[in-house]
Amino acid sequence: MTGEASTPLLKVENLLVAFGRAKAVDGISFDVAPGEMLGLVGESGCGKSTTALALMRLIRDAEIGGTAHLNGVELLGLDEAAMRARRGADIAMIFQDPGTALHPMIRVGDQIVEALTAHLNISHREARKRAIDLLRKVGIAAPEERFAVYPHEMSGGMCQRVVIAMAMACAPRLLLADEPTTALDVTVQAQILELLQGLVREEGMGVILITHDLGVVAGMTDRVAVMYAGAIVEMAATEELFARPLHPYTHGLLRSIPQLDSGWDEPVPTIPGSVQGAELQAGCRFAPRCAKASEVCRTPPALREIGENHFVSCWNTP
Amino acid sequence: MTQMLIEAKGLARHYRISRHRILHALDGVDLGVARGATLGLVGESGSGKSTLGRTLVGLQKPSLGQVLFEGKDTAAPEPSFMARLRRERQIIFQDPSGALNPRMTIGATVVEHLRVQGWSRADAQSQAAAAIEQAGLATTFLSRYPHEISGGQRQRAVIARAISTDPAFIVADEPVSALDVSIRAQIMNLLHQLQRERGLTMLFISHDLSVVAHMCSDVAVMHLGRIVERAPRAALFKTPRHPYTGALLSAIPIPDPARERQRMRIILKGEVPNPANKPSGCSFHTRCPRATELCRSVDPPLRPIGTEHQIACHHPLE
Repeated sequence: MTGEASTPLLKVENLLVAFGRAKAVDGISFDVAPGEMLGLVGESGCGKSTTALALMRLIRDAEIGGTAHLNGVELLGLDEAAMRARRGADIAMIFQDPGTALHPMIRVGDQIVEALTAHLNISHREARKRAIDLLRKVGIAAPEERFAVYPHEMSGGMCQRVVIAMAMACAPRLLLADEPTTALDVTVQAQILELLQGLVREEGMGVILITHDLGVVAGMTDRVAVMYAGAIVEMAATEELFARPLHPYTHGLLRSIPQLDSGWDEPVPTIPGSVQGAELQAGCRFAPRCAKASEVCRTPPALREIGENHFVSCWNTP
Repeated sequence: MTQMLIEAKGLARHYRISRHRILHALDGVDLGVARGATLGLVGESGSGKSTLGRTLVGLQKPSLGQVLFEGKDTAAPEPSFMARLRRERQIIFQDPSGALNPRMTIGATVVEHLRVQGWSRADAQSQAAAAIEQAGLATTFLSRYPHEISGGQRQRAVIARAISTDPAFIVADEPVSALDVSIRAQIMNLLHQLQRERGLTMLFISHDLSVVAHMCSDVAVMHLGRIVERAPRAALFKTPRHPYTGALLSAIPIPDPARERQRMRIILKGEVPNPANKPSGCSFHTRCPRATELCRSVDPPLRPIGTEHQIACHHPLE
């Protein structure tokens, strides 16, 4: 499944988020089809979370540019009241740390009820019934009893299930999942990913899965966009990207993951240097760390298509 | 029998969390690390990995049991042995930002570390310079503050401090977990190189089994305060015998879409048990696909199955 000809659910064009001089997101464009899961990967500070927060309109005190159409509605131009009506209803977000995404002093069931009654014109009794159904759907045993517990009485995995239930409450068309399993143990991560995959298939919503874990991306997503210092440097179907990484950064990133079952005694290949200060770099931002860098890299490369639906922004890629 | 540099014997650590409840962070651990070896310690959060590491370097006192260094009990050492223990046992923490004083330069931090061990100022300064270079940083970094350098460089500074006293044994507690993929490989290679050049003995704590595969010759798996499996790396990864190890390995996402999508994954059902309220019998029985009545009542001891392979399980995998 790639971004086929059907109208995209979400179409982002030239999204820019600048905090003063630092452009955290520097004019990125991508789209998400209905039912598609797009992986957004990159290291800390590359702008993946900022992109999600900008789409949710949760960033203040920043210069925001570009457009983001969700089902034809331009999100970035909406006034706060109109955005508030969309948030949770059409576009929802799951955060990394379930411990801080839930209100510590409100029972978890009531937090889901609040999400429901904010958008749907239903009675409290009906909302309560639906919240219990949602808890059951995300795999919480004895949901009637768990409705009344506080977040601190639940494990991290359970809290993340509640956060997912809240995000799914109004059946949004687009789900932004920002490192949804990073704070969890691998055994719990496997449970949560399986749950997410099942729900997404069932509901047919579009998903942007933000993660730094390329293993998670490999198993979950249809397409991947790789970000570096605020820009998308490569974008392709998941299998294509892993089989034929074209950008030197993607290539380095894939090589630098230690393999579970091979090459144990060889040094792990590294990408020299660090990303620090890259957003202020003129030209290609990866150039200072790139083995292929040359004179031409002083001019910023644009994202161009060089294979079917395979986009890369690098001068030195054939 | 090889000489163990450091050894835990019947090690237990209890925390009283209320009048009637005791949390058994360590519940009878027997574990030795031979001189020059790197033992990996894996397990979910709350399994007692960090408590074991901290107890082995003497940052915490055991409630029961002994820590032996070169065969000698470390509980009430002679002053000269105490001084040696402080020098010979060092620890590297997960979060390098939290492990460095933000108001001290890197140089001052390392020098202070040596001064409290009785080094003269001049000797401490030259030793700090040597250590920082061995950790792969230029000596100009000695005059920098933690906030002025990147996360990877901060972790190098923490490593420089640990190796500055020329220790025999280092506990590395999730030393690369807070770092980005491309930086993680750099730090792994540095630790590998130091280990080889100095003949260091290391306990490498990590929740990431791929990292452990690359760093360690032996691996021990912890579950709720006990060691449930220990084996040389190849045996543990290729033929795990404890069902918990099998589940951990199967839960790790592999960064290869073709393989990841075809894998049979064991997804554990249920919740990680609360360490303050451990299940009876084998602490893994609540989630174990092979559990029987025996597992619910009798806690299996750690027993040898082959020359270097140990497990604590009634119904091991074939």
